Amino acid sequence: MPSYVNPEKCDGCKAQDKTACQYICPNNLMVLDKDKMKAYNQEPNQCWECQCCVKICPSQAIDIRGYADFVPMGASVVPLRSTDSIMWTVKFRNGSIKRFKFPIRTTPEGKAEPLGGFKAALEIDNQLLCTEPESIGMDELWTTGK
Amino acid sequence: MEPFETVEVKTDVLILGGGMSACGAAVEAAYWAKKEGLKVTLVDKAALDRSGAVAMGLSAINQYVGLKDSENTIQDYVDYVRNDLMGITREDLVANIARHVDSSVHLFEKWGLPIWKDDDGKYVHEGRWQLMINGESYKPIVAEAAKNALGMENIYERVFITGPLMEDNVCKGAVGFSVRENKFYVFKAKAVLVAMGGAVGIFKPRSSGEGAGRAWYPPFNSAASAYFTIKAGAEMTCQEVRFIPVRFKDAYGPVGAWFLLFKSRATNAHDENYMETRATDLKKYGQYGEVKPVPANLRNYLMMRDIEDGKGPIFMRTEEAISAIADLYQDDPKAFKKKIRSLENEAWEDFLDMTISQALLWAATNIEPDKSKSEIAAAEPYFIGSHSGASGAWVSGPEDLAPEEYFWGYTNMTTVNGLFAAGDASGASSHKFSSGSHAEGRIAAKAACRYALDHKGQTEYCNDGEIEKQKENVFKPLQVFEAAQHLSTDPEINPGYILPNMFQMRLQKMMDEYAGGVSSQFKTSKPGLEKCLELLTFLIEDSDKLGARNSHELMRCWENRHRMYQAIAHVRSLMFRDETRWPGYYVRTDAPEISLDKWHCFVNATLDPQTNEWSMKAVPIKSMNV
Repeated sequence: MPSYVNPEKCDGCKAQDKTACQYICPNNLMVLDKDKMKAYNQEPNQCWECQCCVKICPSQAIDIRGYADFVPMGASVVPLRSTDSIMWTVKFRNGSIKRFKFPIRTTPEGKAEPLGGFKAALEIDNQLLCTEPESIGMDELWTTGK
Repeated sequence: MEPFETVEVKTDVLILGGGMSACGAAVEAAYWAKKEGLKVTLVDKAALDRSGAVAMGLSAINQYVGLKDSENTIQDYVDYVRNDLMGITREDLVANIARHVDSSVHLFEKWGLPIWKDDDGKYVHEGRWQLMINGESYKPIVAEAAKNALGMENIYERVFITGPLMEDNVCKGAVGFSVRENKFYVFKAKAVLVAMGGAVGIFKPRSSGEGAGRAWYPPFNSAASAYFTIKAGAEMTCQEVRFIPVRFKDAYGPVGAWFLLFKSRATNAHDENYMETRATDLKKYGQYGEVKPVPANLRNYLMMRDIEDGKGPIFMRTEEAISAIADLYQDDPKAFKKKIRSLENEAWEDFLDMTISQALLWAATNIEPDKSKSEIAAAEPYFIGSHSGASGAWVSGPEDLAPEEYFWGYTNMTTVNGLFAAGDASGASSHKFSSGSHAEGRIAAKAACRYALDHKGQTEYCNDGEIEKQKENVFKPLQVFEAAQHLSTDPEINPGYILPNMFQMRLQKMMDEYAGGVSSQFKTSKPGLEKCLELLTFLIEDSDKLGARNSHELMRCWENRHRMYQAIAHVRSLMFRDETRWPGYYVRTDAPEISLDKWHCFVNATLDPQTNEWSMKAVPIKSMNV
């Protein structure tokens, strides 16, 4: 079904300024049913299973049920994403479980400086981009010399 | 139908899209705009943090040249790309991206993307050009820099762009609508940069029902770039190039790490490696059959021939590859255990970072890569200017590298004045991937800023009558639905309209059956293409009957209208040359061979916006300046 919402956990993000899954879904699939205050996937056959909704949900109310046309039932892959790492729990159909943890970023969230601290270029009429040549690690930009 | 408020936004540089190219463009344009007193606006149909092809993350950066450590030269990269596309590529564009791409990669690292390093502090390569990353948050990190550069007040999320605002072969803006509010948007600009990605969902997917969304490339890449540039009257190139990736079957998990990092083989059901048993088949492709790596389409072709001969399924021999690596540690049980554990981590992270469904499919079928092999297959065709695809707008090269035929004033400007393209939107510059797309977005953005400065005095778009007409056209599917709904008790079946999902399936069926999709084993022919064009003509007429019940379906209507134009450009380009171009992407059964003395040309296609007539031409291939 791709993404589905556990009604016991979903509270419609009523304490948040926006419905997280609805905000993030790259394909505009997650919507909030305002009568029930529960979210749902409005078009499961367009779901990429990118898990952007799963990762962002503050109540961990969303999970993925593998595409029914080719995925045997019973397995799950569940992420738990923090600001610097992500934990994955992979449950196999045969019941075995694997866990993985990977880093996701090396800097504090929100602090990406657009020019990365590289010296800014000055001329709009040449081929150098705004952080070059320093950001390439070269003294000058490669050219065939015209 | 509820009323839709018209919102007008005036800007200098308008960036359309939110993926890697658009985020690169945002960082670059914001800098020059601040310096030169320009305004920059970005419009994304989704949320910038997770929009575009990198929404889920990536496990590798596929383009890094390594200039600072003299790992490779620009010429090396150009040679690699030209060979992979069997000689048909714009060297000037490829070289331009290659000389800037390291700059974008170094920025990603500064922004916080974890790039794997060895004990000496050097990047860990997956292959010659590929770097390993912990890339789950690749897109949010790149988007964060773009947001910090532009400011959220200049970013419009959840606004779907339907088409261009044109005046005398000059692009002066774009129109679209909010998918969340009752608003019609008119963006007026001096320069417009198209970076709305490639196209998925034009051919019938292998999967059905729910699985239709599990395309290799994202289902939300819906030909918006192609439509925008085609409708503006821009010359398009390489529209016959569809990209068909070979991936783990059904969930489309990446194979790069297995082939390149783990040195795995792929074999058929009889344990034969088609790259060896069919090596002689490559001889008829002359120099391109001898180059290493073998061009992506020819690798596909050899595999497809095994399938045709009934020798499938094809398997990635993950178990062999892992045991070969682990064997090196056989004498040291502790190191052996550690190595197995780290290989297992690497293998699973490869999927979890970028194709989570593949991890789920492995878990659901109890596959452990060190114990069992795993099936691979060719996906349905996609249209992208990146990877080993090449379709997109025909753009100007940079002044110092482009031969004079390929240069018209502003780098990455299409043949329409003021209209720029980057990433999957620009053609004949393959293998830019995520990093190269970011770099190309930056290149195009700087040129667009310069164009906006040079045209500061240009009069803004002021044809209010035309804007009203466009507004009516944009919301027409809502009206069509409303007017016809009384004709049926079931909104899904109504003689007065066609809903966008069925419209898409109709497009996919004709493309699959007549233009060489999965079910026709990627084979097509002139009579088949003529039939396809006939069916497309009915589809174009019926696109006026697209019906939508809400703003979400309205977006789907427009996405599928966009896809339809990409399909037309593709079919016309396939018909234009009586030859098989890039066997392994498609075979023209009525002209199955390549004659290498004739085949070196670009196929360019242009739709005249006034007459709605297509014109096709073969364009000679020129090397970059030396």
